[in-house]
Amino acid sequence: MKIYDAKPILVGLAIFLGITTFPFWYNGGKASPPPEPKLDTPVISKMEKKECVASKDYMRKSHMALLNEWRTEAVRKANRYYVTAGGKLYPVSLQRGCLKCHSNKADFCDQCHNYIGLKPYCWDCHLSPQEKKTTTQVAEGE
Amino acid sequence: MDKGKRDFLKITGACALGLSALPLVKATAKEKGPAYINIPKALQGKRWAMVIDVRKCQEQQKRGECNKCAEACHYIHNVPKIPNEEEIKWIWKDTFEHAFPGTAHEFVPDELKEGPFVLLCNHCSKPPCVRVCPTQATFQRADGIVMMDHHRCIGCRYCMAGCPFGARSFNWRDPRPYIEKLNYQYPTRRRGVVEKCTFCAERLGEGLEPACVEACPAKALIFGDLEDPTSEVRKILKEHLTLRRKYELGTHPNVYYLV
Repeated sequence: MKIYDAKPILVGLAIFLGITTFPFWYNGGKASPPPEPKLDTPVISKMEKKECVASKDYMRKSHMALLNEWRTEAVRKANRYYVTAGGKLYPVSLQRGCLKCHSNKADFCDQCHNYIGLKPYCWDCHLSPQEKKTTTQVAEGE
Repeated sequence: MDKGKRDFLKITGACALGLSALPLVKATAKEKGPAYINIPKALQGKRWAMVIDVRKCQEQQKRGECNKCAEACHYIHNVPKIPNEEEIKWIWKDTFEHAFPGTAHEFVPDELKEGPFVLLCNHCSKPPCVRVCPTQATFQRADGIVMMDHHRCIGCRYCMAGCPFGARSFNWRDPRPYIEKLNYQYPTRRRGVVEKCTFCAERLGEGLEPACVEACPAKALIFGDLEDPTSEVRKILKEHLTLRRKYELGTHPNVYYLV
């Protein structure tokens, strides 16, 4: 079988395959390291019973749903405190509640969010503890 | 099934009796679980209002320029300092003419002319900004506070057009670089949302009065519940003549000026 204009076609095909498979050979088959959210903040390490506002399993899967619920309760229904199943009292607030214990946004929130390429817009407004560089992050995220 | 009138009444009575026990059952059966509450010391009201004693404020100004209410408010709420037409303000000072355009005339007493009148969101009982908001990002709480939910704001600025008091500001740009000192207990805003005074809803939940009221060295700002006949604001309104801004527009503003 003879291919007309075989040379440019084959070269073009090679270039096309090279570009489309770029992500595979560029990463060389290495998997990026799985996220490791850290819980070693000063507040958490001081806790006797390490317990969040809900179970670890629920928080892992549905923290975003809980955050939405908290937003509605605090802002719209004016309920500003949350009693957990264990009877502990927490302010319904991302900055004064969640981030009080999880004061390590880079080692906690960002771990998974970066892994799956998610950019939650929480941080456009909400401040993570003493992270002065958020300004540039917001500008880039826009 | 053959049931007479007597049986019917008996059953009805039994049912009514059973229903009346429902609240009791509900109260006892309530399991301890996750719940949203307010702490007991949280300030609760039915119609929050503020009285601004202009004379006390003026006296304080004579002792030297005072801007403590705005400074406290703007620090606590991370309000940026942007000059000129992109200015963002929750509480500010202005002259009589600007505060009460319909009432001012050329023979107004000199000491009143310059004020200063402390202006802020009036938390109207019939807020036009709430009526025009297409996403209900701004809404009225049960206690009368006209509140912003910035998560919902799409930046259409209808509310700014609706508000006759100019109490709302739009974030034309990312406000963070313009905040001198960040308060990490409160969020900032982002580009493209409208913001305004919230009567310190977050502080009321902690049992604190609004920041401006607390910061005023002359105690010229008085905060209270208009529905509570024993509150200080009610007492002042009963004893003195007070002004409201543009009351003729029918928005029922809840900030009163004592002149």
